[in-house]
Amino acid sequence: MTIMRQAPGRHLPGAGTPEAAAVDHARAEMLHEAKPRGRTRIGADVVCEALLRQGVDVIFGYPGGVILPLYDVLGDYPQLRHILVRHEQGAAHAADGYARASGKVGVCLGTSGPAATNLVTGIANAMLDSVPMVAITGNVVAALLGRDAFQEVDITGITLPITKHNYLVRNADDLPHVFAEAFHIARTGRPGPVHIDITKDALQQETRATHPDEAAVLAAIPGFRPTFEGHARQLRLAAKLIDEAARPVILAGHGILLASAWGELRAFAERTQIPVTHTLLGVGAIDETHPLSYGYMGMHGWKHVNRAIQSADLLIALGMRFDDRVTGKVSTYATGAKIIHVDIDPAEIGKNVSVDVPIVGDVGRVLAALIPLVAERRPEDRAAYFAELAEWRRESEARSWHGSGAWRDGLLSADYVVEQIGAATNHDATLVADVGQNQMWVARYAGYRRPNSHISSGGLGTMGFALPAAMGAAIGRPDKETWAICGDGGFQMTMQQLATLVQDQIPVKIAILDNHKLGMIRQWQELFYAGNYHSSHLLGPDYLKLAEAYGIPAFRATTPDEVPTVIEAARAVDGPALIHFLIAEEQNIMPIMPAGKGLSDLIEEWGGADE
Amino acid sequence: MSDPLTRRPFAAAYAAAPDPAAAATAAPGVRSIPGTGAAHRHVLVAVVNNRPGVLNRVASLIRARNFNIDSLAVGHTERPDVSRMTITLHGDDVAVEQVAKQLYKLIDVLKVQDVTSEPRIEHELALIKVRATNSTRAEVLKIVELYKGRVVDVAADSVILEATGTEDEVDALVALLGGFGIREMVRTGATVMVRGPQVVEYEGVAK
Repeated sequence: MTIMRQAPGRHLPGAGTPEAAAVDHARAEMLHEAKPRGRTRIGADVVCEALLRQGVDVIFGYPGGVILPLYDVLGDYPQLRHILVRHEQGAAHAADGYARASGKVGVCLGTSGPAATNLVTGIANAMLDSVPMVAITGNVVAALLGRDAFQEVDITGITLPITKHNYLVRNADDLPHVFAEAFHIARTGRPGPVHIDITKDALQQETRATHPDEAAVLAAIPGFRPTFEGHARQLRLAAKLIDEAARPVILAGHGILLASAWGELRAFAERTQIPVTHTLLGVGAIDETHPLSYGYMGMHGWKHVNRAIQSADLLIALGMRFDDRVTGKVSTYATGAKIIHVDIDPAEIGKNVSVDVPIVGDVGRVLAALIPLVAERRPEDRAAYFAELAEWRRESEARSWHGSGAWRDGLLSADYVVEQIGAATNHDATLVADVGQNQMWVARYAGYRRPNSHISSGGLGTMGFALPAAMGAAIGRPDKETWAICGDGGFQMTMQQLATLVQDQIPVKIAILDNHKLGMIRQWQELFYAGNYHSSHLLGPDYLKLAEAYGIPAFRATTPDEVPTVIEAARAVDGPALIHFLIAEEQNIMPIMPAGKGLSDLIEEWGGADE
Repeated sequence: MSDPLTRRPFAAAYAAAPDPAAAATAAPGVRSIPGTGAAHRHVLVAVVNNRPGVLNRVASLIRARNFNIDSLAVGHTERPDVSRMTITLHGDDVAVEQVAKQLYKLIDVLKVQDVTSEPRIEHELALIKVRATNSTRAEVLKIVELYKGRVVDVAADSVILEATGTEDEVDALVALLGGFGIREMVRTGATVMVRGPQVVEYEGVAK
């Protein structure tokens, strides 16, 4: 199954794709003059038409006062599936998960005031992880703007720093252009969230405004012209460094997935025989069973990966941004390495680390242009280098792994649970992580073969992300099994969405890794705050009874031999299911790079024992 | 102009080899951290769509990127739908380039140019209300004349002076007038234009 992604810069789905067929169907269905019930075309109709034109098939939303004119017409557009969430934060995360799983623009919807502020966390999450999203909010009628009306907040003022762009629309005639621009901006170049705030009267006004074509959209935004092709001279400089390097390492980031460049990445790595490491959001950029896949880098990355980076003479950074969780202390980061940095966002170049050869462009196109410029290598050419890397890997992977399924206290080991979920789903399911220890276990141990099969809140680190994002992912890729893997802390932040799973029959499998702790907080308190465990012990409900209250089949595992059984039981459920895994309470995720330290300063064991 | 990169002001930076001076400042075995060099005054010109909220976007972004604006002057250009901002701030070259690149990401920003190293006219306007009694008025007027300022309002015990010039020139005038008693002052902040036929070009404007 290939994954339908739009080429960067494409405004509408390519001809012949299912998305294009859906758009054509939607257009045919559009009744510009005579709406059902004999009414005239109003701003709310324009919103629905615009969504259909953009290939949108699902909206995650919650109704409220000033957005009601839109909900009043939604029923006339049955092609737009509306998922009624239980909290607007979940709508934004669901749109985010939908976008990451499907490669399309996610859409979320809420009313003014508290609904809009509830969306903020999800919008910020999408911003920091460069996820294409359009967030729509209603606002009070234009005449009341600025008067502290009921449920009025200056939401465009609030979302200004956490969106790629935002709009306040007071006139229905402006809606066609604004929506066309918003989708173009959200999906083009470095993707990101765009917020459209619409006054209630703009939704209600009659309008005959027509939808713009792509040329008109481009003409309206001359300040937005991303660079897609790498500069020829920079490509030659990069090729020279690549050909000369003895210990090169590829750092693959989220950009590989956003640009659908996994094929180019693999071709480039195979031609040059350069090992591929990945960031947290770069998980899935390369099949982890590929001989050149070397693993996950950074604060909780594998020691062998960080060692390879620290001893490299060339880093080839592809669609990643040298986040502090990746570099640690910059002054000690890969000090012997030259750096080639490919990113579509010029502002990422030289932001966190100084680089030797910057290349601004779409990573897929840059790699395609680079491949014919670099010398072909055979694995034998790098025999000594590969032998050393292999030895480091053997050593590092043997630690921090509990093949028996039990941690040292005999309780379930989380790494084993995650590995079992990966194996049971044949490494093909979409796994959505929450934030904290569970996120690191999910990134390290599930084993990924497929792009976009791993979804995680990277930049913002939003606890509570997993369940709502998994709802969106399951709808975005209905052909793939979808799991939300959470800690007990994150699950309790957004568990109200259990009702959404039931009402809209979204078949998400939920795995709660319950250690009765805020595990990562507890770990930091143990390691860096002298065991002062303030507020990290966490009570939870009886999760089986909770699931039962919602009518969701639920299972529990407390011993290693029960783990495969409950996973299969949950998979056999037609619809959502929940598994409560009682894991070791004090298991740490190791290694860890302490804050402010460098990649060579990993802590691998604590209290004399490997974790 | 066919190469999209050359349309950007930082094209030169991308095309250039690594700055040997920057490399030399880093000790061997230590990776230098961008933006930690010596700070000095920069003058940025931003050409933007003349739309509600654009000033807020620019100011908010610079604040969010942890920069202080020394001055920001804004007004429309020869085209009423296009505004031009002159922004002065302090930072090292890399950090200010980072601000400029971030500004570029704003959809309403059409062009950003750092004119710090360009020969330029850089003037600001100041209105200064100075205490001026019968005994001191003549002396105040003399100073204003020397600085090619002019008197725009006269009252019984004060005058309003208008002065234009570089920041340093206005500073000097203000220092001299300080002895008489400045009751109120307002300055526009610097506005800048590059000397000669060169102009700050931008690609197009929103329809």
